[in-house]
Amino acid sequence: MNAIIVSALLGVVMMFSGIVLKNKSLLKYVATGGLLILILANLMQTYGWYTVNVNSHDLLRFSKFGLFFNTIAFAATFLYLILSGKDIEHTGIYPAEYFALIFFVLCGVSIMSSFNGLLMLFLGIEIMSIPLYILTGADKKNLKSNEASLKYFLMGAFSTGIMLLGITLIYGATGSFLLGAQSAINSAAASGAPPRASYLQIAGIILLFVSMSFKVSAAPFHFWTPDVYDGAPSVFTSFMATVVKAAGFFAFIRLFEGQTEILGPTWKILISFVIIATLLVGNITAVFQQSVKRMLAYSSIAQAGFMLFAIYSANDLAKEGILLYATAYSLATIGVFAVLIKMKDYTLDGFNGLAKTEPVLALTTTICLLSLSGIPLTAGFFAKYYMLASMVKAGGAVWLVIVAVIFAAVSVYYYFRVIQSMYFKDGVAETSEITGGFKIGLIFVAALIVLFGLLPSLLLNYFYF
Amino acid sequence: MIPLLLILIPLLSGLAVFLLKDSPASKSLALASSVATLAVSLVAVFSKGELNYDASWLPGLGSRFTLMQDGMGKMLCLLTAISFPVVFTATFKNVYQRQSAFYGLMLLTQAGLLGVFLAADALLFYFFWELALIPVYFLSSIWGGEKRIAVTFKFFVYTFIGSLLMLVGILLVYAQTADHSFALQSFYKVKLDAHYQNGIFALFFIAFAIKMPIFPFHTWQPDAYEQSPTAVTMILSGVMVKMGIFAIIRWLLPMVPAGVQAHSMFVVILSVIGMIYASLLAIRQDDIKRLIAYSSIAHIGLMCAAIFVQNQIGLEGVMIQMFNHGINVIGLWIVADVIEQQLGTRKFSELGGLAQKAPVLAILFVVMALANVALPLTNSFIGEFLMFNGLFRFNIWIAAVAGISIILAAVYTLNMIQKIFYGNTVDKTLGAVEVSANVQLVLSLLVVMVLVLGVFPQPMINLTKDTVSAIFANR
Repeated sequence: MNAIIVSALLGVVMMFSGIVLKNKSLLKYVATGGLLILILANLMQTYGWYTVNVNSHDLLRFSKFGLFFNTIAFAATFLYLILSGKDIEHTGIYPAEYFALIFFVLCGVSIMSSFNGLLMLFLGIEIMSIPLYILTGADKKNLKSNEASLKYFLMGAFSTGIMLLGITLIYGATGSFLLGAQSAINSAAASGAPPRASYLQIAGIILLFVSMSFKVSAAPFHFWTPDVYDGAPSVFTSFMATVVKAAGFFAFIRLFEGQTEILGPTWKILISFVIIATLLVGNITAVFQQSVKRMLAYSSIAQAGFMLFAIYSANDLAKEGILLYATAYSLATIGVFAVLIKMKDYTLDGFNGLAKTEPVLALTTTICLLSLSGIPLTAGFFAKYYMLASMVKAGGAVWLVIVAVIFAAVSVYYYFRVIQSMYFKDGVAETSEITGGFKIGLIFVAALIVLFGLLPSLLLNYFYF
Repeated sequence: MIPLLLILIPLLSGLAVFLLKDSPASKSLALASSVATLAVSLVAVFSKGELNYDASWLPGLGSRFTLMQDGMGKMLCLLTAISFPVVFTATFKNVYQRQSAFYGLMLLTQAGLLGVFLAADALLFYFFWELALIPVYFLSSIWGGEKRIAVTFKFFVYTFIGSLLMLVGILLVYAQTADHSFALQSFYKVKLDAHYQNGIFALFFIAFAIKMPIFPFHTWQPDAYEQSPTAVTMILSGVMVKMGIFAIIRWLLPMVPAGVQAHSMFVVILSVIGMIYASLLAIRQDDIKRLIAYSSIAHIGLMCAAIFVQNQIGLEGVMIQMFNHGINVIGLWIVADVIEQQLGTRKFSELGGLAQKAPVLAILFVVMALANVALPLTNSFIGEFLMFNGLFRFNIWIAAVAGISIILAAVYTLNMIQKIFYGNTVDKTLGAVEVSANVQLVLSLLVVMVLVLGVFPQPMINLTKDTVSAIFANR
């Protein structure tokens, strides 16, 4: 509860600080400080020091799993603000509002990580999405940004409609919004007869699956992703592709945990299809991109394909894995985007010769890209490892694992093209001004990636106590 | 402790060299570090029994930082440790841009290679397997020839696909282990049914076959050897291809004996096809580097076949030949590098009569080349004799076909000697001079090793005897 309340309050504080503070460059420090408070408030609840209690009639339920995810999401946002806070100021004319909207997004994220009733899931997703529609259109004079915003909004509204229909059907079938209720009814039925769910409930679950797939940009519901990620100002794409996406997955895994027996063997076919489609579309299309930003948009689809394994296998390893994946993927993507924002030219050729002009940027970007492609010694390796291991543990779908690793090899192709541009090709990569603090921030992110790549237990141990 | 030192010395000095900011000291530091590694590996060779190191790493996953150095490990670590100082000395005069990065990456490669040969934990093994690859990718892509970027990338993607399939294999075996551990011993103990073994065999074998490489997975290799800077090519062909052979012996043979048994004929036939095919291609080459690359494929093919015939004599041959092939091929590359650096060409059609200008080089090179043909008195003779013996016991007809490759090896090797060193001098070789002292020194050392191991191979056989007998004891 702490995180939900504090993040909403901080959003309001940020809005007003835009009026109070005349010096706009102070805003990012206020926001960074606010995030520290938010992290602290969340940790207080995690370790049971102090919790604000509001009776939610069991619509919200706080678990270590969810609270720990909050910490990861907030910490990622913290790093994001440190690296790209300055660029947020330069994006549009209302920097205070942008910071406020980011806090509202975080409020939605913390609801999504703790929902226990479908209504709360709906509220969380809406609270998270609406600020994002605005952030996408933050570059008001840019047509592409406007287009992206409108597209995102329309598609988002559409998927929300589908989700609401699904929730309604489930409510009609079970008479409850609560997560556990459906399976309880089911198991009660199972005690005598073989488990059988009503068609309403099955239809509802499939509709929920579709709308969640939309939110995490899983194929074939991914079509909005490249345009929105490409059109949105790069700073906000970074945020959307990391924290928001990870939160979507987190809600996805919580929602479908224990629900899938209702669908029986059909479920495995359905999710296998979505996984393969996502991996195929994301990886193959990313290969052909010339713009690094668009490539990263497709790569985020491809990474979603890997994260979907957690929903397929849905065991302990998958839960640990999704936390690690969220961390590894967020760290790496925030790092790459932070550098991308500084580039004058977003095409691959724009990166030519970066290793000579800005060796620190090139090295840290390389570490981030290696992590995204899942090379050992980076956090990305263990993220992928946990996904594959959870699949093997769940058993039965070795072919899917083999397909996944082949696509992982394909992903090397487009990630390494950036490395090739930076290191092996000649050119003068133009960047905007790079400060020493920015470099230190990048080195810190890269160091974290390597650290978690050596000892993922450092991160996961917190999950257990 | 010794196994840990073997990894730590190149790893730490490699990182230190990076920080030297292009100072010429990086070269000397790299050489000093590689000599130190050599000293430690000699200590390992002369110490008795298995050397072990064990530390906690990932308790939640059942993976430990376990290193184990048995006879085969000692032998391959020695090969790695000899190769690097040899390469550094032979190419000491070469000038590289950003040399601190070059030598740093070389040392990191060495750390990765030594780690592969020492790891006794599947996940750790996978880590080092990749760690050896990444620095090589950068080395070849930055300092290589004209087509370096595309060629090196092909090499990287090939091996990466293989490694990922191996990772799936590791996970599948891990899921079957009784104690949920990645330890080598747990992998050995796991009992898999025959059907399962075939699948595991395929996943691992593709990774190792790409690395060795075995026909038809070899297409990355000639290009990569040709385009990489020669110092890297020496490591690639001298040491890195041994990773594949080593991994088959260490992991595949004891883990899935039924899978190996079921596929042995298939793999032996593939290897023999590869031997003949590569030898024929080698005859047609006009480029020293490509010729050596194809000849290397042929030799590796023989080693792979000799592993899969699964008899003791064949495996003993593989053990000593792994070491000998490393020595010989590095010697050949050194000469290729000298010629390229001095004359600016690697084409036979533009060379000739070099023996008149550089007699010492000619003598040393002829010895190395004869070792490549496996003439008696040279080190390769013993290894190839044992391997053909093993092949003969497996199947006479296959041995007969494989035997053709010996003749073909003589054809292309002698042809190469003749075209480079004999005949009349041509324009390019008119200005050639004798090679510098450091190259002479290194080549003479290699020649001494060739001859000594050629007449007295017993120490090498004794060194690796424990590994060989352990493999056959478990069946």
